[in-house]
Amino acid sequence: MTTQHVRLTVNGQPMEADVEPRMLLVHLIRDVFRLTGTHIGCDTSHCGACTVLVNGESAKSCTMLAVSADGAEITTIEGLAQGPNLHPLQQAFWDQHGLQCGFCTPGMIMEAAWLLARNPDPTEQEIREGISGNLCRCTGYVNIIKAIQQAAAELRAAAEAPAGTAGAAAS
Amino acid sequence: MAHAQAPTTPPEVGGMGHAMKRKEDPRFIRGKGEYIDDVVLPGMLWLDIVRSPYAHAKILSIDTSEALKVPGVVAVITGKDLEAAGLHWMPTIAGDTQMVLPTERVMYQAQEVAAVIAESRYAAADGVDAVRVEYEPLPVVVDPFKALEPGAPILRPDKGKDTNHIWHWESGDRAGTEAAMAAADVVIEQDIYLPRIHVASIETCGCVADWDPIREKLTVHMTTQAPHAIRTVFSLVSKIPEHKIRIKTHDIGGGFGGKVPVYPGYVLAVVASLTTGRPVKWIEDRSENLQADSFARDYHIRAKLGLTKDGKITALQVKTVADHGYADAAADPSKFPAGLFNVITGSYDIAKAFVEVDGVYTNKPPGGVAYRCSFRVTEAVHAIERMADIAAHQLGIDPAEFRFRNFIQPDQFPYRSATGWEYDSGNYPAALRKAMEIIGYEELRREQAERRARGELMGIGISSFTEIVGAGPSHTFDILGIKMFDSCEIRVHPTGSAIARIGVQTQGQGHETTFAQIIAEELGIPAKDITIEYGDTDTAPYGLGTYASRSTPVAGAATAVAARKIREKARKIAAHLLEANEEDLEWSNGRFSVKGSPDRFKTIQEIAFAAYTNHPPGLEAGLEAVDYYDPPNLTFPFGSYICVVDIDRGTGEVKIRRFVAVDDCGNIINPMIVDGQIHGGLTMGLAPALYEAITYDENGNNQAGTFLDYLVPTAMEVPMWETAKTVTPSPHHPLGAKGVGESATVGAPPAIANAVVDALWHLGVRHIDIPITPPKVYAILREKGVATA
Repeated sequence: MTTQHVRLTVNGQPMEADVEPRMLLVHLIRDVFRLTGTHIGCDTSHCGACTVLVNGESAKSCTMLAVSADGAEITTIEGLAQGPNLHPLQQAFWDQHGLQCGFCTPGMIMEAAWLLARNPDPTEQEIREGISGNLCRCTGYVNIIKAIQQAAAELRAAAEAPAGTAGAAAS
Repeated sequence: MAHAQAPTTPPEVGGMGHAMKRKEDPRFIRGKGEYIDDVVLPGMLWLDIVRSPYAHAKILSIDTSEALKVPGVVAVITGKDLEAAGLHWMPTIAGDTQMVLPTERVMYQAQEVAAVIAESRYAAADGVDAVRVEYEPLPVVVDPFKALEPGAPILRPDKGKDTNHIWHWESGDRAGTEAAMAAADVVIEQDIYLPRIHVASIETCGCVADWDPIREKLTVHMTTQAPHAIRTVFSLVSKIPEHKIRIKTHDIGGGFGGKVPVYPGYVLAVVASLTTGRPVKWIEDRSENLQADSFARDYHIRAKLGLTKDGKITALQVKTVADHGYADAAADPSKFPAGLFNVITGSYDIAKAFVEVDGVYTNKPPGGVAYRCSFRVTEAVHAIERMADIAAHQLGIDPAEFRFRNFIQPDQFPYRSATGWEYDSGNYPAALRKAMEIIGYEELRREQAERRARGELMGIGISSFTEIVGAGPSHTFDILGIKMFDSCEIRVHPTGSAIARIGVQTQGQGHETTFAQIIAEELGIPAKDITIEYGDTDTAPYGLGTYASRSTPVAGAATAVAARKIREKARKIAAHLLEANEEDLEWSNGRFSVKGSPDRFKTIQEIAFAAYTNHPPGLEAGLEAVDYYDPPNLTFPFGSYICVVDIDRGTGEVKIRRFVAVDDCGNIINPMIVDGQIHGGLTMGLAPALYEAITYDENGNNQAGTFLDYLVPTAMEVPMWETAKTVTPSPHHPLGAKGVGESATVGAPPAIANAVVDALWHLGVRHIDIPITPPKVYAILREKGVATA
């Protein structure tokens, strides 16, 4: 089968590959780039385990072709932490017991990151709506909602803090 | 009993009762978990499966020639190929047989028909598309009652019987129950159906089979809840010696019972690796998962309750038809084809009970697996809790008061039920009283009366359930002959840290944290200094795995006992070091000290170092122990749940306003994890109560084969669960713990169903089968003339 060359920026790193036009973005990320934090949980865009950010917006990478992402900036769960420092969402999921088996967690965190990027101070109902495209079978969502609330508060505090102290809220 | 309330270890040690953050989480939150589809081996091939579009059909021909021409396709395996090796059938856990691949007939829609092995995921799928199968459709039997009628097509002629009836199982006193029923003031009967449902863990099933022809060793990387049992079954079926098989789990993306059985895909991947000499990966996609494996429930229950006129239950009689599909794949212990369904007397002191269940074959995939409860306790609890509510309403007694009148009382424990179980401990009135206080029960009843007067539909539902977990004692419990003990092996290193290997398997329960906490409690070694390993049959001690809420009751007990063996050896070493008699030493806070001289002590870390550097003459060096724990009895967690619902008269939607769950799982290892388990369990109780069901049309087509139709709850449907505890330790468990993973899934559905019926009882509604979907409720509202739209 003919292939097509794609160039992307993944977690800040330039990456490229020759792919079949039918290859799903999630398979490019997982099988070619070997970033396996992004998961596959369904075939129908319902579960959200494959959620990544494409040019800053949430996308279900199992429902997008790799060639459609040519030239895009992709952020996966592996790109969220700054070195050893967890992103406030990662820290909050840990603090609030917002995960159990961990399979939905990367997609859930990426979706939450997009939610908080659009709405830094969401209500509980807005959080529920925000993550309604991401299924979790273990937690019952209660602690996920608490985790997103914790991260939202920390990110707001960091945004309001004077320059140079912003990292403190996330540590 | 210790541990019932405050922790006895400091936070830095992190023994029982500490809400310690999970040790496994740093890898998961960074996307660094390793699930089965993340396993990639050099030279690995992909396997994909051709599936039947028919629920019952004769296979006329399978043409693989075009598939073999597809670029990248390496081989195609059919039933005839397996037949040559005697591998076309395999045993189920329940001791039945099922096909790996068919040679003559397919028995359910989506059944495996052939396997394509290829160089890539995509090439394997192309190969599947190119396999041509010619079928001759046969009459389909989807209704188990029709399957039992004379003249029904015989689905399993290989069984040598002229019926689709699989087995009959009964428990209790038939004659005594019938006499008590005849003498009852009031008799209440109700048919209750619990439909087929699916665990739908977000990770599907899969494996990487890796046959090493040089070492003659088979390694199967597998998403399984029971690695050792799988190894033994693989060895028995394949004749490969058991020491030449290694089952290796990785991180598991949810189990809930669906990852206990062996499915055809696993066997096919093994055969493909044996054939090609290369590693072979098989990963189910979601529609395959929802159509072919992991099914639970499908119980048609007819329940009959005898009562005095003042509401005391005197007799319970239950007759049930169990739809097992074309093979009985239940994950039940051998002696229990209907699991522990005879715990159906529940939390109530019922003098006479009789339960009978008949298993039936139909043209559906193998059934009876599990849905966060494999042993039919959910079915039993739903039946008795629905019956209790119907009885209360019919007799005009408040459902809470009805339960108080019938509860087994705290002074009756240990309690022998009419079907023979010995309940270890319980305080049912305390749990219900606590739930009523938290939710404000009396005030809610007043509010309900006011709203009803205004035409609003509000309901309050109670479920006071009793669980039965921790299988199990070897005198009664085995799976395929293997006794249901479990195990732990602990090694304390010279510098005082430790590794423990356990025979159970985490699928999200947090074993890496809680089992470390058990050892921290017993030895005073900080939990952070203890590594917990599992899921590698080459290194872990033999165990039956994690399902049926058995990890804490069985392997947790083994861990405590193994740690206590180490403590006894540590006492000898401490006596040597302190030049004191063993009996003059006392243990506290991770150290042995001389009685009366608390400043003369040796810490567990000092003792560990001495075990390798200065051990007493006549004593083996080292500090390790193993325990295979055979529980003396099961454990009986319990709880009382109260649910408040409001029903939208315009849409039929049931909105859960509040849900209070008071659980009693005995002593608690990690309260944060216990609450997480309860949140998840409640959500998997809400799901079948309101949304989920696998249904089939008359041709046997699965009507919920994707997440478009199989409605796993999202954050929009799940309320803020309110949890609380009472603590009644198990008298026979070394830690006083009972297990909690499935309690909420067992207890929640009747609380929700009871709340909905409570909202509608005054309209003449007596029972609604789950799932109680908006269309179902709306039809009732229309029929009763109260729909507003």
